[in-house]
Amino acid sequence: MMKGLNKQEQLLSRIATNDGHGENSPYFDGWKAYDSDPFHPTNNQTGVIQMGLAENKLCFDLIQEWVTNHPTASICTPEGANDFRDIAIFQDYHGLKEFRQAVARFMEKVRGDKISFDPDRIVMSGGATGAHESLAFCLADPGDVFLVPTPYYPGFDRDLRWRTGVQLLPVVCESSNDFRLTREALETAFEEAQAANIRVKGLLLNNPSNPLGTVMSRETLLEAVDFINEKNIHLICDEIYAATVFSQPGFISIAEIVSENPKCNLDLIHIVYSLSKDLGFPGFRVGIIYSYNDAVVSCARKMSSFGLVSTQTQHLIASMLSDDIFVEKFLAESSDRLAKRHEIFTRGLSQVGIGSLKSSAGLYCWMDLRRMLKEATFEGEMELWRMIIHEVKLNVSPGSSFHCSEPGWFRVCFANMDDETVKIALRRIRNFVLQSKAGSAKKLCRRRSNLEVSLSFRRLDEIMMGNMMSPHSPMSSPLVQARN
Amino acid sequence: MSQNRPPKKPLPQPEDHPTTTTSTASSGGGGTGMRLIVPLQGIVQGRGGLILGSLIPCALFYFLQFYPKRRRPPSPNPTTTSSSSDLARSASRLNLSTRGSIHVSARGNTIAKPEDSTYYIGLSKVRGDEYDSLENPDGFIQLGLAENRLSLDLIGKWISENLNDSMFGEGNDGLNINGMATYQPFDGLKELKEAIAGFMSRVMGKTQLFDPNQMVLTSGATSALEILCFCLADQGNGLLVPTPYYPGFDRDMRWRTGVELVPVHCRSSDNFMLSVPALDQAYNQARKRGQKIRGVLISNPSNPVGNMLSKDTLYSLVDFAREKNIHIICDEVFAGSTYGNEEFVSMAEVLDSEDFDKDRVHIIYGLSKDLSLPGFRVGVIYSFNENVLAASRKLTRFSSISVPTQRLLIPMIKDERFTQEYISVNRERIRKTHALFVEGLEKMGIECAESKAGLYCWVNMSRLISPYNEKGELELFEKLLDIGKINATPGSACHCIEPGWFRCCFTTLTEADIPVVMERIRKVVDTCNPFCSKHLA
Repeated sequence: MMKGLNKQEQLLSRIATNDGHGENSPYFDGWKAYDSDPFHPTNNQTGVIQMGLAENKLCFDLIQEWVTNHPTASICTPEGANDFRDIAIFQDYHGLKEFRQAVARFMEKVRGDKISFDPDRIVMSGGATGAHESLAFCLADPGDVFLVPTPYYPGFDRDLRWRTGVQLLPVVCESSNDFRLTREALETAFEEAQAANIRVKGLLLNNPSNPLGTVMSRETLLEAVDFINEKNIHLICDEIYAATVFSQPGFISIAEIVSENPKCNLDLIHIVYSLSKDLGFPGFRVGIIYSYNDAVVSCARKMSSFGLVSTQTQHLIASMLSDDIFVEKFLAESSDRLAKRHEIFTRGLSQVGIGSLKSSAGLYCWMDLRRMLKEATFEGEMELWRMIIHEVKLNVSPGSSFHCSEPGWFRVCFANMDDETVKIALRRIRNFVLQSKAGSAKKLCRRRSNLEVSLSFRRLDEIMMGNMMSPHSPMSSPLVQARN
Repeated sequence: MSQNRPPKKPLPQPEDHPTTTTSTASSGGGGTGMRLIVPLQGIVQGRGGLILGSLIPCALFYFLQFYPKRRRPPSPNPTTTSSSSDLARSASRLNLSTRGSIHVSARGNTIAKPEDSTYYIGLSKVRGDEYDSLENPDGFIQLGLAENRLSLDLIGKWISENLNDSMFGEGNDGLNINGMATYQPFDGLKELKEAIAGFMSRVMGKTQLFDPNQMVLTSGATSALEILCFCLADQGNGLLVPTPYYPGFDRDMRWRTGVELVPVHCRSSDNFMLSVPALDQAYNQARKRGQKIRGVLISNPSNPVGNMLSKDTLYSLVDFAREKNIHIICDEVFAGSTYGNEEFVSMAEVLDSEDFDKDRVHIIYGLSKDLSLPGFRVGVIYSFNENVLAASRKLTRFSSISVPTQRLLIPMIKDERFTQEYISVNRERIRKTHALFVEGLEKMGIECAESKAGLYCWVNMSRLISPYNEKGELELFEKLLDIGKINATPGSACHCIEPGWFRCCFTTLTEADIPVVMERIRKVVDTCNPFCSKHLA
């Protein structure tokens, strides 16, 4: 059959048979583990908890309530059936006007009404995934390169490169300055490309950042705008997490920066957006390209034929997002709930000595597990990660899959589960940390003095004892108490 | 077919150049290159004797720049003739003043240019001033979009009778928010695949002809076709396509994929029916040119002609594909829109009955035509090849159907009684409208090709055009738009080898609209060359 297989493969294109889909990356391995043994609060309490998927389920109740109270919006109810005919037939790639207006308005609200968006510049795409790919097709030719600060969302490797032939060049950001993007790093990467005779077509920023959860400061954004204007390259700003900001520092959109800087060449500025994270609607497949460049809008719009948003969905979104009262309530509530969840989670982590990058946005946090690595290498990180997947049974994403330059960082998502599951996850982490500290303490014995060892144990005891009384602490669970 | 005659063009600016045919990598130096090349073209055509010393390098340069272009058939785009500038192009006019944006990629620039296919020009002309019998009786009548409005009332009725709960009800069937808003498999919900498999079988008049496990759902047949193209061919490879073909293929199949479409011309003497010997000839010619052919793309029922392939032809097609070791992409989106007495035979049926090498056959389907739901974006890739399915699945990441729409469609499509009724009532209405339309044309002495399916007829207006060529056809196209205020798609946009044919879609018309259409056509006929109209009744 080997001959038959090869013959089969020959029938397919290069794109169909190469690894461009990126699904062989460890980012997806954890998902496979989850798929084969998914956690369920009642049916499978020992299953793998999914903490590798940045999904926002915190405010579904608000959405459900709205839809129940607005049956005409989804047109699949008797009341909505009147609109049905026109909506079902409409296939213009400009999209329903109401939809574009509602999305523009929503984007403005998310940015505190500090800037305005023109509905005619809004172009649909098949999710943010499709938006990135379309922009890559529009802005770059095969072999061209986009600069991307690391660590970055692994999906970019597929979205921007697979079918387009465009390449990504990392701009290294380091933990020493909290992974902030620096001008030096940008210049270094740019020079690297020039030396290799590769044409740089643009810079891709993700603000708020995935996986860091940090927002870019005004200075950094100004620096980036200055850089792209100087080099005459594009700036793609992925602002998909714009409404997941829950504390200070607040979010500053690139739209705000360019409105304050008339010298900036608007033809270079493009925003990618989606409703998947802010509203929690990944299943709706609503991706948005907003470009200040007329030619790009025209080009991307024609390309949107390959990923148009269903008009039924457009209609529903248009209704929902035009409801100003609902939107304001939603944004406030969502931010609030995210803040609480973030607080619980990071506190739970710090209680066992696990730090995470200080963040004010996102559906995840960037965990610092460097001290838990057996060796400070990416192999060490993989080993730790496998342990977390298979023994602790949590699907977290290793920093290497985000192209992080330093091993030991992990992204862990917390907005896709209920409170109970968060507690269980934290408990598992706690147990794992204690066990490995016990394990490493034994090793330390050989190298360090007994005094130090007992001190470290004592500190741990203090932490645990100190929280025993806290009503929020999972420590109050009888299970844990029994073990102690 | 003029492979030796380069496409006619005046010395244009690059943006007037009808280069929707530009392939991506090979003509990267578009702008300045063209300024240099075009004057040389005249020289090489031998209009003047030149010293060999300068002729040869020029010819070489020209050859290298243009060989890929010359291989293609004459450009279907008649925009080069002077009258084309009369057509208003709305906002896209703005692009004419600049040499394409310098910030947009070469790929992007070919796309962002103003539409030069009459197919798209006509469509955009109608937008904004569309005919409505009550509100806008003098508006443009759209006969250029294969849209079916005849049976939407049936669907509306089903919705009002069957969907009692809010979409996000608390109930079962995953109709709560969790099953709606969260990430679901990108290649479609299992229940929808099952429902559509059943629907497709019913449409083709069979039971259980389609296996949901061989299906990948995409957001529209447009993206289904593009995805298949990405999977089956590399940039620069070719697909054989019988002409006349759907103008959208030029964009959908070639644009981002870089794949080329090689026309296989069919003639009115055969009722534009595909013949395998013609495919064979085209394949061999392509081989001689050094072009790698990866497959054949057919639409069955065909668009724009509306004929259906016989079982024998389908068998021969599969044999041909096996012999050449290439794929067959069979676009069956109009399978349910038949109105003749003949039964439609799907490729799936052919493969079902024989022990064929199925790995090379792929079927495209969708709900835009047969179920009149183009806005919902539901397309299907149906393949017997596991590797193709696996690759397509991954590609649906970019073109997935919105989940709430999937949830809405599942109960509707699963409803056997409803879909059966819909299919037969819809067919009957299409048949009736078709008969009225054809009859109306016949009264003016205008004939249509024999067709048995589709939402359109393939109308022979060759006796109305003068001269008998593409230019004459374009003039008639403009007359229809300007005088008759009718948008019909000219055959040249469909790469038809014989001038004078037009595709007219009639399923957006009510019975009362047809006399209006005929009246307008008569107005245009009356202005045609008296010599021509003498031939008419």
